[in-house]
Amino acid sequence: MIQLKAIHKSYQTDYNSLHVLKGIDIDIKEGDFVSIMGSSGSGKSTMLNILGILDKYDEGEYFLDGHLIKNLSQKQEAHYRNHLLGFVFQSFNLLAFKTAKENVALPLYYQKVDRKERQELALEYLDQVGLLDWADHYPNQMSGGQQQRVAIARSLISKPKVILADEPTGALDSKTSEDVMNIFKKVNKQGITVLIVTHEDEISRMTNRVIRLRDGIIESS
Amino acid sequence: MIDVDKWQEIFTSIRRHKLRTALTAFGVAWGIFMLVALLGMGQGLQNGIEHDFRDDAINSLWIRAGKTSMPYKGLKEGRNIQFDNSDYDLLRDQFPEIDEISGRFYVSGSQTVTYKDKNMSFSTRGVHPGHQTIENSVMLEGRYILDKDLDAFSKVAVIGKIVRDDLFGKEESLGKQINIGGTIYKVVGVFKDSGGDDEMRNIFIPVTTAQKVYSGGTQLHQLMVSGGNLGLREMQVLESKIHNTLARNKNFDPSDERAVRIFNLAEEFQQIMGLMGAIRGLTWLVGIFSILAGVIGISNIMLIIVKDRTKEIGIRKAIGATPGSIVNMIMQESIFITSVAGYIGLLLGIGLIYAASGVESEYFRNPQVNLGMVIIALLVLIITGTLAGLIPAIQAARINPVEAIKSD
Ligand SMILES: Nc1ncnc2c1ncn2[C@@H]1O[C@H](COP(=O)(O)OP(=O)(O)OP(=O)(O)O)[C@@H](O)[C@H]1O
Ligand SMILES: [Mg+2]
Repeated sequence: MIQLKAIHKSYQTDYNSLHVLKGIDIDIKEGDFVSIMGSSGSGKSTMLNILGILDKYDEGEYFLDGHLIKNLSQKQEAHYRNHLLGFVFQSFNLLAFKTAKENVALPLYYQKVDRKERQELALEYLDQVGLLDWADHYPNQMSGGQQQRVAIARSLISKPKVILADEPTGALDSKTSEDVMNIFKKVNKQGITVLIVTHEDEISRMTNRVIRLRDGIIESS
Repeated sequence: MIDVDKWQEIFTSIRRHKLRTALTAFGVAWGIFMLVALLGMGQGLQNGIEHDFRDDAINSLWIRAGKTSMPYKGLKEGRNIQFDNSDYDLLRDQFPEIDEISGRFYVSGSQTVTYKDKNMSFSTRGVHPGHQTIENSVMLEGRYILDKDLDAFSKVAVIGKIVRDDLFGKEESLGKQINIGGTIYKVVGVFKDSGGDDEMRNIFIPVTTAQKVYSGGTQLHQLMVSGGNLGLREMQVLESKIHNTLARNKNFDPSDERAVRIFNLAEEFQQIMGLMGAIRGLTWLVGIFSILAGVIGISNIMLIIVKDRTKEIGIRKAIGATPGSIVNMIMQESIFITSVAGYIGLLLGIGLIYAASGVESEYFRNPQVNLGMVIIALLVLIITGTLAGLIPAIQAARINPVEAIKSD
């Protein structure tokens, strides 16, 4: 499902360049449940952003579901993000002025799904994460765990093949973290590949495979 | 099809930036208001001036005799020039391009005009039939002075509408006898003239009759000709040819501009119309700049809004929004604000012009907004709205989702 071949990535700052990823090779099969660990600054988020086609890499090759992700137009990038990928962030990143239901439905808007169908599907996915009763609430009326579940529903609604989550439980207590992880587990059972960046061993223990990054190199996988 | 979501996005965004949106919308409304108001007023100015010219045929030359200012062939300067019937005949025969020609004989002073027990004073002029066209007189009843009146020295009179109203009141005037300074004339026609009330206080009689009755010999006080469809250039040529012909006939230096003065109404009209054109150009300039200021305001606001929404736009991109959809989102909002604000400005402008539409004064009359102006104003709106949204929209589409999501 995901293949990284000798990926390099540097950040250009004003005076110097920071080599963050120094030759990453990974092969992730469809339906895998993977956690990515490593100390702060080791390049986990950078790698996840590249996988999510939110950022570009300098060298190497990245294949997503058989497509080479390189030199794509912005429109193609948007298309792959919309159809193959679901993103979950540590800080939830829901739109504050939209209700839970509207937030969940948003990816389908960009797929030009009709309004009624979008609403129905949004409710269905909110139900999956146990928040059907919260459909008409705004993010600031919900707890962190609830917001993250809305965000997960939003990432799932476009029926992606891969879910990418950057420290999804980083802002949650251990009880809610477990709820969120259980949802990911359920999602994975449906055959969706899940990648989670985390610092916590309890989280990585729930996944099938742990990739450790250290200074931009894969230490173990 | 109405896209509910798009409208929802637009209204949500406007609601989140109420004051800023209102302020900039005001700018655009003001710009369009100014444009429409200025154009309407400009039209009023033009109407007023065109109205002033309605008095006389626009393509006409008004020829007055003066005093020589140069010695010529042994004749001293300071000699009075006087027109007579020979000048009239000469011009009529020599210039086929002349459409209508008339002399004028002013019966000196204003004469006491009597009908039954009413005595009033009006001015009386002896004229040729061509005088009607040149003066733009319109017959209300009866007829004008005819050639046969001139041949027969008939004692007939064509009177202005005011003369009729004052002398006859509601009574029928045609065929009635009036006494002008001791001579009896039969009223054969009543005219109106858009030159104003004074023009309608005149009485016209055949020029030959006037010369005979008031012992004028063959003298004429003034000559006037109209050029029909001649262009400005041809009118100017005609003007100088007439001047030269009269110089020969009256023995004065052809370069002596004071011996005979010719007032070219066509030239005058052209000059004023040229001035009008300049005023109109200025109007557009001011209007366009007002709108431009409003548009820059909107553009600015949209830039700030885009900045405000950076994180949101980043999130939208992360979940699959194409750059095109982001551009659309910003542009539509900009065009929407511009259109609504502009429409309000347009209505206010039209309202103002409408309210002022009754105004009539010497140089200003009936300000108007025509369909053309409205269409142009609307086009300007749509184009400017698009331009206003363009830069912010491109900015929005360029937002890097990773950075945007990290920002707060
Ligand atoms: N846009 C950027 N410009 C310059 N340097 C950057 C940028 N983004 C990240 N970096 C640097 O790249 C390195 C790797 O960053 P990254 O965010 O991938 O680390 P991480 O493993 O996710 O760390 P953390 O666990 O703290 O989230 C860091 O040293 C960071 O400072
Ligand atoms: Mg990180």
